[in-house]
Amino acid sequence: MAERLLDAAEAKTQLPDVAEAIKEAGIAAFIALILFIAIVGIKTENAQGGLELIYRLGAAFALAASIGVVRLLFDLFVWRGFGRETLNRILPKGKRGTVVFALIIVAYLVGAIYFLIPGSRDAVAAGTSGLFADPDWQSRARIFISLSGLLFLTVFVVLSTMGIIMVVRRLLRGTASGKAATPTRTAASRPSTISEFGQQFAPALLVIAVILPVLVAGPQQRYALDTAIQILTYIMLGWGLNVVVGLAGLLDLGYVAFYAVGAYSYALIATELGWSFWVCLPLAGLFAAFWGILLGFPVLRLRGDYLAIVTLAFGEIVRVVLLNWYTLTNGPNGISRIPKLTFFGLSFERYGTENTFHGFFGLEYDAVYRIIFLYYVILVLALSVNFVSQRLRRLPIGRAWEALREDEIACRSLGINTVTTKLTAFAIGAMFGGFAGSFFAMRQGFISPESFTFQESALILAIVVLGGLGSQIGVAIAAVVLIGSSELFRDLEEFRMLIFGGAMVAIMVWKPRGLVGSRSPTVVLRERKIISGSLVKEGAG
Amino acid sequence: MSEPGAPILQVEHLTMRFGGLVAVGDLSFSAKRGEITAIIGPNGAGKTTVFNCITGFYKPTEGMILLRHPAHAEPFLLERMEDHQIGVRAGVARTFQNIRLFSGMTVLENLMVAQHQILNKASFFSLAGLLGLGRYKKAEAEAIDFASYWLEKLDLIDRADDAAGDLPYGGQRRLEIARAMCTRPVLLCLDEPAAGLNPRESAELNATLRWIRDEHQIAILLIEHDMGVVMGISDHIVVLDYGRKIADGSPESIRNDPAVIAAYLGVAEDEVELVEAEVGK
Repeated sequence: MAERLLDAAEAKTQLPDVAEAIKEAGIAAFIALILFIAIVGIKTENAQGGLELIYRLGAAFALAASIGVVRLLFDLFVWRGFGRETLNRILPKGKRGTVVFALIIVAYLVGAIYFLIPGSRDAVAAGTSGLFADPDWQSRARIFISLSGLLFLTVFVVLSTMGIIMVVRRLLRGTASGKAATPTRTAASRPSTISEFGQQFAPALLVIAVILPVLVAGPQQRYALDTAIQILTYIMLGWGLNVVVGLAGLLDLGYVAFYAVGAYSYALIATELGWSFWVCLPLAGLFAAFWGILLGFPVLRLRGDYLAIVTLAFGEIVRVVLLNWYTLTNGPNGISRIPKLTFFGLSFERYGTENTFHGFFGLEYDAVYRIIFLYYVILVLALSVNFVSQRLRRLPIGRAWEALREDEIACRSLGINTVTTKLTAFAIGAMFGGFAGSFFAMRQGFISPESFTFQESALILAIVVLGGLGSQIGVAIAAVVLIGSSELFRDLEEFRMLIFGGAMVAIMVWKPRGLVGSRSPTVVLRERKIISGSLVKEGAG
Repeated sequence: MSEPGAPILQVEHLTMRFGGLVAVGDLSFSAKRGEITAIIGPNGAGKTTVFNCITGFYKPTEGMILLRHPAHAEPFLLERMEDHQIGVRAGVARTFQNIRLFSGMTVLENLMVAQHQILNKASFFSLAGLLGLGRYKKAEAEAIDFASYWLEKLDLIDRADDAAGDLPYGGQRRLEIARAMCTRPVLLCLDEPAAGLNPRESAELNATLRWIRDEHQIAILLIEHDMGVVMGISDHIVVLDYGRKIADGSPESIRNDPAVIAAYLGVAEDEVELVEAEVGK
């Protein structure tokens, strides 16, 4: 009798759970349905004489239903009591770490096979699409495979990051407990894992960057180095914008304008006057800095949203001028045949033996030599930008930038000229952008206004914000993640933007101040303490 | 260097109007070297407006503000100067009613920012510093020494490498004073430095201000509501009410001034005419 009562009580505690879960799943499916009808259910298509609406209600219902089912499963087995109990029974708590570790290893292995063995992705995609005769279904299958690959990759990235963080934490805890004299840190000034990680591993990362061309030697070398060059260009742009947004706290949505000024400066000077890249580079930087000051003047008194809007407009103005000033910029056709960089006078052309790189060194011609050289050029440029901005941060002007971000009125009361301080921030940031621009023009050999849209400004700003305002290592990591992932998912075409958005939302939820939110002081009396991001202001401008 | 007792700041017929509101009307007073001058008055009397005029945050509608810097022969006309120049060239430093520290920077960094002008010149507008020249390194070491001196005097040396935002309230108030002093001022304007301090901290503040006055021989201008602080340390008190000066003199005379008592405590209905006649309205 007593047993029965107990059973009944148990059933009572479980049944409402199930009913609740079904109800919640229904609500979720309903909300999803409303959204999906708008997003998926109705499609506009170009037809003769205008747009035509195509209804795909079946697909919308199917998607909503799958959302409902997944929600139900989550409710029953992940979030609710008895599902979790079952999980605990299968996987006792003590063994969970081992299982996670095993999963990470498996994920690494599969990931390595999937991404490193050339052609494996194509083989999978071809195999799947071979199942279908209809080309329409073939393309669907390809996208499905890509998306499942993406899902897998996300799991892989999340798990491996968790693994790295676990290992690093354990290491840090080990070293901290090893030193008895280490003072206890208050909660407010707890350093972030990534910044310590960055500080400890920066030399290692640098070594990896230097020997990268050797690391990626093989059939993929050219592609890998091209990607690395692109990433480094964005790192450089990110570091440049970091001066304006991260240090001085001035939100600049038109940063791409300076990138464009640098690119067009090099393109025009090199094609018209035939000057060398190394002469044009500082000139392009100076031009960009000049435009930075020109932008700075009208926005000196603007703050916050107003500053953002005006800088955004400035970026567009520069692009529109480039587009319409035919006589100078050749308009939308752009400038082509921009001279390439030579290796101390030795070109990387295929023909000729006297003045070519391979001829001089007695090597077989290979297009990759030029790529490797360009890689080192941008690496050196980026590192010098990093060096200069790190130095500047420790100088009076850098401190004035940060003070301006913290409190402009206090700055004025201390005799800091906020006008020149803001203008130097704009000028220095723009100069770095100009360097990156002229490198870009030299590398591409062709530029047109299309390369300098607002999209680029937004991307660079995203790199700075995700990396953590003011943090050099954070910006570098964010550039690698954002640009690298968008390269990695190239075959997903427009779905790449999903990852982009997803990554941003995820970082903003987990680390609202970017990957490295903390700040390292510029001058130390006794002991260097990392300042928590919660105390650092973002600037009102 | 001029002798103690010479007026550093001389405010003449200062008027500040915001539209139809006369925040400060025809105010004249002076602050002497080696003295603490307090400006008191009920809420809304225009004290902070006077400060903002002196430090260049507002441009006064009428009047003249003269500052005699001991190192310069010609007096500065503050009403014609940009706010950052008032801080640097004329040697006026201020603190704020609501603390304005660089909270994300360390205590030491706050004091380094205050020495921006000196360091910026020494680094040849950052160029020498960028190249790592010795001249800048020497200047920076000196600036750190100077900052440490003030940190020690204001009992903040143990927190030098902590974020300013991490300091307790009293510490933040002291840091603001230290930061102002690091600009090497001849006139220090303190806007309610004792607000939010407990009695013990208040007493310490009194001692500190007296010490700054005597040791560094500068003029201190003080806005304060805490009468304990005001009466305890002021050499000279200016009383404002509705933007006008109603009394000016030593703490003793202010304490017994009927106009001041009337402004602070109000007067009985039947005494209004009597008091008004006495005040001379």
